[in-house]
Amino acid sequence: MSETKVFGMTPTWRRDVHTHYCPGCTHGVAHRLVCEAIDELGIRDEAIGIAPVGCAVLIHQYMDLDFIEAAHGRAPAVAYGIKAVRPDKIVFTYQGDGDLASIGMGEIVHAVNRAWPLTVVFINNAIYGMTGGQMAPTTLLGQKATTCLSGRTAEANGYPVRMCELLATLEGPAYIERVALSKPQHILKAKAAIKKAFENQVNNKGFSFIEVLSTCPTNWGLRPVEACQWLEENMIPYYPLGVFKDFE
Amino acid sequence: MAKGRVEVREEFCKSCGLCVAACPKKVLRISDSINPRGYRPAEQFQDGCIACGICARTCPDVVLTVYRIDE
Repeated sequence: MSETKVFGMTPTWRRDVHTHYCPGCTHGVAHRLVCEAIDELGIRDEAIGIAPVGCAVLIHQYMDLDFIEAAHGRAPAVAYGIKAVRPDKIVFTYQGDGDLASIGMGEIVHAVNRAWPLTVVFINNAIYGMTGGQMAPTTLLGQKATTCLSGRTAEANGYPVRMCELLATLEGPAYIERVALSKPQHILKAKAAIKKAFENQVNNKGFSFIEVLSTCPTNWGLRPVEACQWLEENMIPYYPLGVFKDFE
Repeated sequence: MAKGRVEVREEFCKSCGLCVAACPKKVLRISDSINPRGYRPAEQFQDGCIACGICARTCPDVVLTVYRIDE
């Protein structure tokens, strides 16, 4: 009788490090999918990541890759700088919604419009996680946060931003897809999307943008499994999953 | 159907329960032991694992390794 490993840890994930994420936070799943995509494409030595400001600020401690820490929202600008001087490297950013959709809105729009081959992984959990659950640009109408205690209203706070639809109107991007991490079948699709986003850069196909709907059990005030259900019931109807732009 | 086994790196588990909810055969549970960080780690408490790997794909902390037992 012998055993075969069906699923185990991917080499880019740092084995002996505890992540600082809250229990059940799907940031860890997104990190793992990025690691798996990099390992499957064999680009670990070429990959350079840009860490954001937000919950994922310590991402460089969890992935065995080269990383640069960017100022809040400026990860795409730093990525362009690296790509300009080292076009042979695979450059990706990993940003949250407070980083990319709020303070970094200008950077991402111009980065997408310039259409160089880069990969952006955008984590949308509809709230500012690291700073304590304030309202983000992506917070849903009616959703409670520490800066909209009775729920977000369109009159007082405006409407949530749909980044994929917004960026898909531009000529620049080659590939835009929205995926979720709330169910195993969604995780498999997210894996394929993130891998394709890196593959596009390896093949020099242009800008790839992946929005990942993620949970924040702590700031949503839900248990991890309930948070996944909440994402299914509330976020996916407003942020529909699917491919918004594909060069093929 | 394939037989399998789940190995848990107990020290790194945060007791979120996503694997327990995802397992199609319901062979996982949150154990009564406590790890050095104060969480109760997940464990496989009965036979019936089919080595599908869904628990490991759902785990945010990469604590699960799934083996298929070849006979």
